[in-house]
Amino acid sequence: MRIGVITFPGSLDDVDAARAVRLAGGEPVALWHADHDLKDVDAVVLPGGFSYGDYLRAGAIAARSPLMADVVAAAGDGMPVLGICNGFQVLCEAGLLPGALTRNSHLHFRNRDQVLVVERADTAWTQDYRPGQRIVIPVKNGEGRYVAADADLDRLEGEGRVVFRYAGGNPNGSSRDIAGVTSENGRVVGLMPHPEHAIEDLTGPSTDGLGFFTSVLKAVVAA
Amino acid sequence: MSRVVVDVVLKPEISDPQGQAVLGALGRLGHDSVRSVRQGKHFVLEVEGTPDEAELKQIAETLLANPVIEDVELHLPKD
Repeated sequence: MRIGVITFPGSLDDVDAARAVRLAGGEPVALWHADHDLKDVDAVVLPGGFSYGDYLRAGAIAARSPLMADVVAAAGDGMPVLGICNGFQVLCEAGLLPGALTRNSHLHFRNRDQVLVVERADTAWTQDYRPGQRIVIPVKNGEGRYVAADADLDRLEGEGRVVFRYAGGNPNGSSRDIAGVTSENGRVVGLMPHPEHAIEDLTGPSTDGLGFFTSVLKAVVAA
Repeated sequence: MSRVVVDVVLKPEISDPQGQAVLGALGRLGHDSVRSVRQGKHFVLEVEGTPDEAELKQIAETLLANPVIEDVELHLPKD
C-alpha cells in the first residue's frame, strides 16, 4: 500500500508521518506540493507544521497549491485523506472538511499529551479503534480552535461527522470540544492532535496513534 | 494602476481573543471609553487598468477571506 505524505514549504512533521506509515506496514511516498503528481498513491497524509509560515491564515496558501487540486479530485473519487494539525487546517481551507481553525482562545501555544474520545470508529482512518475508546496523543498548536456557525455544528453533530472530542480539558477553546471531523463519506479525516507522534514507546506518550495508519491500510484493501 | 482596498474581519459570532487582549491592554492604560475591539486584516492591491469588480470580489471572498469565519469589505477606487 502506497501512502503519500505531502511536503509543503514549512511542513515539519512529514518525516514523522512517513515513519508512522512505515511502522504500520505501509510504503510511505514523498509528495511535493508544487507537482501535479500523486504518484499512484492509495491514500494521502497532510502533515503538521507551518506551511507558508501561517501567512494569510493557517493552511490558506498551501490549500491553493498545485498538488491540492489533485488531492481534492482524488478525494472526490473516494481516496482516503488525513490532515494532521496544519494538514487539518489545509483541508478546511481547501473545502474538503467543514469549519475553520482559528487562534486558540487563550492565545497561547499549547503543547501537551491529550486525551481524545473516539466518536467514529468506522472512518477510513479510525476503524482500528472502538467507539468511545479513549486515546492519548500529543497536541501542539497555536491556531487549533475549531469553529463553525452554530447551525453548521448542529448539522455536523446530527450527521455524526465529529470523529474525536477532547477529554480531560479542551486545549484551545474548540467549539463543543471538537478535535477532529470527517467528510460525509468518512474517507477524509482531519484532527489537530498528532497521531504520528504516538507510535513508539520510546518517543511518544503511547502507541495509540498507530491505529490511524493501520486503519487506512485496511480501508484501501477494502475499497 | 488603481488601488483597491480589502478589509477582512472575523464574523461577529466568532470570538476574537486577539481583539479582547487589545481591549484589556487599553483598559490598563486608562482608555475606559473603548468598549470593544475587533482585530482584522487590511489588504492594499495595486491593480493594472480598470479594476474588474467581479474578479476582485472573487479574490476577496475566496482567498483573502475565509467566508466560514470572516466578513470581507471591498473598497474600489472612486472615479
